Amino acid sequence: MRRILKRHEIVADTWHLLGESAADTDPVIVPLAELRKDTEAWLARQGPLGVRLAPAESVESLADVLPRLALVAVEFPNVGDGRGFSYGRLLRDRLGFKGELRAVGGGVKQDKIFLLARCGFDTFELPPTEKADEALRALHRYDVVYQPAEPIEGIKKQRYFA
Amino acid sequence: MYRYDDLDQAFVNERVAEFRDQTRRFLAGELSEDEFKAVRLRNGLYIQRHAPMLRIAIPYGLLSSRQLRKLGEVARRYDRGFGHFTTRTNLQLNWPKLEDVPDILEHLASVQMHAIQTSGNCIRNVTADHMAGIAKDEVDDPRPYCEIIRQRSTHHPEFTYLPRKFKIAVTGSPEDRAASLTHDIGLHLTRDAHGQIGFEVLVGGGLGRQPILAQKIRDFIALPDLLGYLEAILRVYNRHGRRDNIHKARIKILVKSLGAERFREQVEAEWQAAREYAPRLEATEVDRIRAHFTPPAYETLRNIDAAAGRTPEFQAWYRYNTREHKVPGYRAVFVSLKRHGENPGDVTSDQMEAIAGLADRFSFGLIRVTHSQNLLLGDVRQDDLPVVWQELNALGLAMPNIGTLTDMIACPGLDFCSLANAGTLGVVKQIQQRFDDLDYLYDLGNIEIKMSGCMNACGHHHVGHIGILGVDKHGEEWYQITLGGSVNGFSALGEVIGPSVAKDDVAATIERIVDVYRAHRFDGEEFIQTLRRVGIQPFKESAYATHSEAA
Repeated sequence: MRRILKRHEIVADTWHLLGESAADTDPVIVPLAELRKDTEAWLARQGPLGVRLAPAESVESLADVLPRLALVAVEFPNVGDGRGFSYGRLLRDRLGFKGELRAVGGGVKQDKIFLLARCGFDTFELPPTEKADEALRALHRYDVVYQPAEPIEGIKKQRYFA
Repeated sequence: MYRYDDLDQAFVNERVAEFRDQTRRFLAGELSEDEFKAVRLRNGLYIQRHAPMLRIAIPYGLLSSRQLRKLGEVARRYDRGFGHFTTRTNLQLNWPKLEDVPDILEHLASVQMHAIQTSGNCIRNVTADHMAGIAKDEVDDPRPYCEIIRQRSTHHPEFTYLPRKFKIAVTGSPEDRAASLTHDIGLHLTRDAHGQIGFEVLVGGGLGRQPILAQKIRDFIALPDLLGYLEAILRVYNRHGRRDNIHKARIKILVKSLGAERFREQVEAEWQAAREYAPRLEATEVDRIRAHFTPPAYETLRNIDAAAGRTPEFQAWYRYNTREHKVPGYRAVFVSLKRHGENPGDVTSDQMEAIAGLADRFSFGLIRVTHSQNLLLGDVRQDDLPVVWQELNALGLAMPNIGTLTDMIACPGLDFCSLANAGTLGVVKQIQQRFDDLDYLYDLGNIEIKMSGCMNACGHHHVGHIGILGVDKHGEEWYQITLGGSVNGFSALGEVIGPSVAKDDVAATIERIVDVYRAHRFDGEEFIQTLRRVGIQPFKESAYATHSEAA
């Protein structure tokens, strides 16, 4: 069972990944490359559609399908790869994405969750080794920030208002 | 200087609490080496050859006497009673215990200090000119802008996991005393035709294996747009900088591979695309920060000839270790950390406390750290100079060699650092011994020697007039020598003169090199000028002339 950290709780994932059996009405997350093999067919399916973006893929290339997407999963494959932080900001600020923005991959650790939330991510797929209670607390580790970014809950003091 | 408000204090406190928890999780086996490495580096903690090394941030090199006392206390209590100042104006402790580091950070937080982002692939301590606010030729004081950048780059949500480390320097004078061209971003304060403050923007400098000097991508960015423009540069880098090879991950490689012009186009496009929601720097905020940097309460004085009628020792110190101040009656005074027999940049706890006392009595309680690994008392009354000299002399901090050949920059080298190929400190002592005669040093004039123990170039050897790089040859320490580097004025990277020399032969080789200068120089011509005029060839020929001569 995949554990998903949401604002105040940890829940079981309700989304299906490509290859997991799912009805046409079930929510499904498809890797971007897979979606592009037959974009029209994927957009035409009945259930909610999500796309998984790898670090080397262009976030702007999602623009044409974004209005149809209920979820974008951005991959953080390891401890150091931080490209996804920029993708989060761009999806929210520039591409106007209002749906669920999920951080996925082995690099989604409690020590990054606060910053990810500030970049617009609202759900986090926890690797099996992460402790649920610690990850929940990490979301509120800081109540002061120096940048406008995403105004997440719990921030008491912020130097600037954008 | 800048004083924390509640927000700043709350932040460093929360950061200490977070790191305490991370250290606990690591020691309990809950955090892997890799995961802990990512977070400890971002809190200044390296694991080194003999022990952990903690790099404490000294934002733009400015310290209060209270902070310097605390550094002395921390070094005594948690280390071996000394610290090492670096070229980026930080202080390194070489022997702290891992489990003590959260307590050390708590001590630092109690005096508004931290070790945040002094290492790791993130935006590092922002540096400035040690003459900031007191140089006569300054466009504006760079420190308020450094402080703004410090705050805005601290725990940045988007740019804390960059491809590689990222260093920014800001200067306000035509003379570049901050080595800004060796930085990922160099900002030069300037004014537009209407007198508005802004910055010339240079990008892509860096030393290491592939030394490159920064290139200008913009003549002028207005102050309100500064943060937005910096974010645009960082976003282009975060997205497109290489992550497959640590040696090609700095922004200099991206700028080089795209070319400065294409890189500039990408930054401009990103900046324009983000403009409507990018952070703008409000005038009220600039004013708030600037108010922390108002000049101290100078007295109305006249310039005096403080050296007149004094001993030759004082006169030498006055000439080499003090600098002109923009306010009449004052001078800036170097605290030389280059005494012969000592490691460049090292200072003991006792000395730190004594220097703090001198700052309180003679320089408004402030101390500056310089890129050249010395300290500076910025605002000393000229009539106080004799007593300041006496006290510095008694502390072993008045070596009158600033700007001379033995005012060397050197990294800690093999004695401390796990990356180094070769020792630097033994070679430093060898050079100090060979050039121990002050009249000889003064005759040689301004010569910058910079030495690194490995290709990472922490000692900036590429940009020394004489650069020395430690290399490993079949388990032996050898030294490669470069000539002609500079980052001040006519900026250039040094050129390798030939095969590396044996450890015992380094000082003798340097002596043969400076002999060439003495033979060729015109009256009043400095080493670097003669070298540029006559070219490297005669130096190459003589450097190896009598290779067997013992040092």
